Amino acid sequence: MNNIILSVKDLNVRLNGEEILLDLTFDVYDGEVLAILGPNGAGKTTLLKALLGIVPHEGIVKWREGVKVGYVPQRLPFIKDLPLSVKEFFQLVNASKGETIEILKSIGLGEEILGKKIGDLSSGQFQRILIGWALASNPNVLLFDEPLAGIDIGGQESVYNLLEKLKGDRNLTILFVTHELSIVYRLADRVLCLNKRMLCTGAPREMLTPEAISNLYASPVKFYQHKH
Amino acid sequence: MSQFLLSLLSGIFIGGAAGFLGSLMLPKRMSLAAGPLGHLALPGIAIALIYGFDISLGAFPFVILGIVLIWLFERRTKLPTEALTAVVFATGVAVAFFFLPIEQAEAALVGDILSIQLIDAVFSIALCILIIFIVEVIYSKMTLINISEDLAKSQNISIGKYNLIYLLLIALIVALGVKVVGGLLTAAIVAIPAAASRNLAKNLAQYKFLSLSFGVLSSAAGILISHLTLLPAGPLIIVCSALLFVVSTILKR
Repeated sequence: MNNIILSVKDLNVRLNGEEILLDLTFDVYDGEVLAILGPNGAGKTTLLKALLGIVPHEGIVKWREGVKVGYVPQRLPFIKDLPLSVKEFFQLVNASKGETIEILKSIGLGEEILGKKIGDLSSGQFQRILIGWALASNPNVLLFDEPLAGIDIGGQESVYNLLEKLKGDRNLTILFVTHELSIVYRLADRVLCLNKRMLCTGAPREMLTPEAISNLYASPVKFYQHKH
Repeated sequence: MSQFLLSLLSGIFIGGAAGFLGSLMLPKRMSLAAGPLGHLALPGIAIALIYGFDISLGAFPFVILGIVLIWLFERRTKLPTEALTAVVFATGVAVAFFFLPIEQAEAALVGDILSIQLIDAVFSIALCILIIFIVEVIYSKMTLINISEDLAKSQNISIGKYNLIYLLLIALIVALGVKVVGGLLTAAIVAIPAAASRNLAKNLAQYKFLSLSFGVLSSAAGILISHLTLLPAGPLIIVCSALLFVVSTILKR
């Protein structure tokens, strides 16, 4: 676990004049599962986007050379406007039929789903398809925004199990953003508590004391804005 | 080749290319964009009619000018695009009416595909084939951008590059479209076939195919009926495609 796959130093993000992230410094190790926790507006999604290099930022975000990053966004509201089948969704990233079927198998879905419209899938199925889609480009790292948001209990269980399985099978490094502490305990090797600044990092059971949790979620999001 | 066949062929190609490109504009919520762009091409159309050259040639620089102006105003003022579009296109229409030759106003406003010249027809058809080809090439990437720009960026797709190609294609199809349906009706040839197709398609392949086919069908039907009834072809094409849309709404499960 000493092999650093991502190194972040003094990361700052400012969008439309507002500070979103302040002075983040942390490393992520090969094969690690890191949960990013924090209240609404804490900058969790922005952090993922900064790591992907799709929002402007200051400071250093350094991935180990040759690392491929897959991204599973929180919501895709427009995808249901399109008459897009599962098979065609995978074709958008040039996945062949064979590869797609292989991926479907690994995310616990059968071939019969290929012809289904994305808009007709259940939320749990859709989430698994999104994970599978991110896997199509064979990433070493998966960035995952709110894996369980908007999914019913049965679907949540299947997404859990899938992530656990992928962690084992593919030696994936996984960074995920979440509100749900249950998934953090089950999956994460380490947590990173975020509220514009990094408040804590460490093993979930050591970090997530009742006191720390209430601190993290009770600290008003606007707190840091007063300093600027 | 007879004048009728020449018009029919040009109309079919322009209608098909417009429907196909329109299928990319619908999920981007840009179906209406071709309308204002067609309107503000009117001064260019007027100039072409006065000096007797191809109206698409006159329209194209004005469409590009319009896009650039809207883009510049947007950057400078941060006003909503729709407000700026209203400013630019209304000005285009107003200016056109100062010098639009009144006896040719119908051709400018609702198109005059039945009098297309051979050279213009050949040129238009070639451009349409090129447009269809480029749309097909960029389709996957544009679809991904339409789904989520973040997702597209995470796949290292250059959004700026694809949007530029896409805007140029819109400018081209508007310039070609004014030949068929005039400066007033260009929104309809990109919007209606895609909307009808969206009603029926079960997947992307069907959606693309039906958008193109509905564009072709309504152009062919409109020009044919125009030939028989002597009513103007442009409005007939729009009415035919609106009928297709109504039928698709009834058939939608």
